[in-house]
Amino acid sequence: MNVGLEHYLIVSALLFALGLLGVITRRNLLVMYMSLELMLNSANLALVAFSRFNDNLNGQVMVFFIITVAAAEVAVGLALIVALYRKRQSAHVEDLTSMKL
Amino acid sequence: MAITDILFYLFAFLTLACGVLVVANPFSRNPVTSAMFLVLTIISMAGLFVLLHAFFLAAVQVLVYAGAVMVLFLFVIMLLDLKEEERRKAKKLGLIAGLISIGAIGGVFVRSLLATQPGKGLPAPTAVGDTATLGKLLFTNYLLPFEIVSLLLLVAMVGVILLSKKDLK
Repeated sequence: MNVGLEHYLIVSALLFALGLLGVITRRNLLVMYMSLELMLNSANLALVAFSRFNDNLNGQVMVFFIITVAAAEVAVGLALIVALYRKRQSAHVEDLTSMKL
Repeated sequence: MAITDILFYLFAFLTLACGVLVVANPFSRNPVTSAMFLVLTIISMAGLFVLLHAFFLAAVQVLVYAGAVMVLFLFVIMLLDLKEEERRKAKKLGLIAGLISIGAIGGVFVRSLLATQPGKGLPAPTAVGDTATLGKLLFTNYLLPFEIVSLLLLVAMVGVILLSKKDLK
């Protein structure tokens, strides 16, 4: 069977659902964050697939920016997680129930 | 079946299998295991990018995502010295509701994709994302976002340094 656009989009959709499953079911902050990165990657795959099959390189430029912004976001998010861990001594989401410092 | 089709199925299977192992590993609840499988997922996605003729993005994916972002994740995991995620009593109802809702979302995605068939009637793909073409686009049409992203990286760096100070004096 010839591999077309739908194949890549189905892989992207399944990856997105997997990332969403990770965010909902796992209770460790770092694994939740990693599942978020999985969702971002699935969006990247969908964009590159569309860019290739529609003969338009703008999708790839957008993926370039998404990767850059995701890297910056991961840095800031991990700094926040480290600061939170220093305060609360726990990386389990169920322990972090109050917003008071 | 052409070799590219075989490679697509191989990389797609690898991506999804490693994605499943990131999220729901039956053998170990260590976050380091999840990070390792996420690295494998990212690398097989770079393989998918190469199949889509996005060569620059495949290289950037491996260098930046697998090489910098995941290394940062691993540094933080080791800094916090997280052991195995303790098996608290998972609320069964919440787990089942989550699984059903995600199955529904994934099912809606896949069904709508199979119904609308977005790839039907498209001409044979010719776009090649090599560095020169992408660079030309980046430095002419997208010059402003490029400069803004560099500013964003500076802001992120300053923010990270401030957030990781032990005493915020």
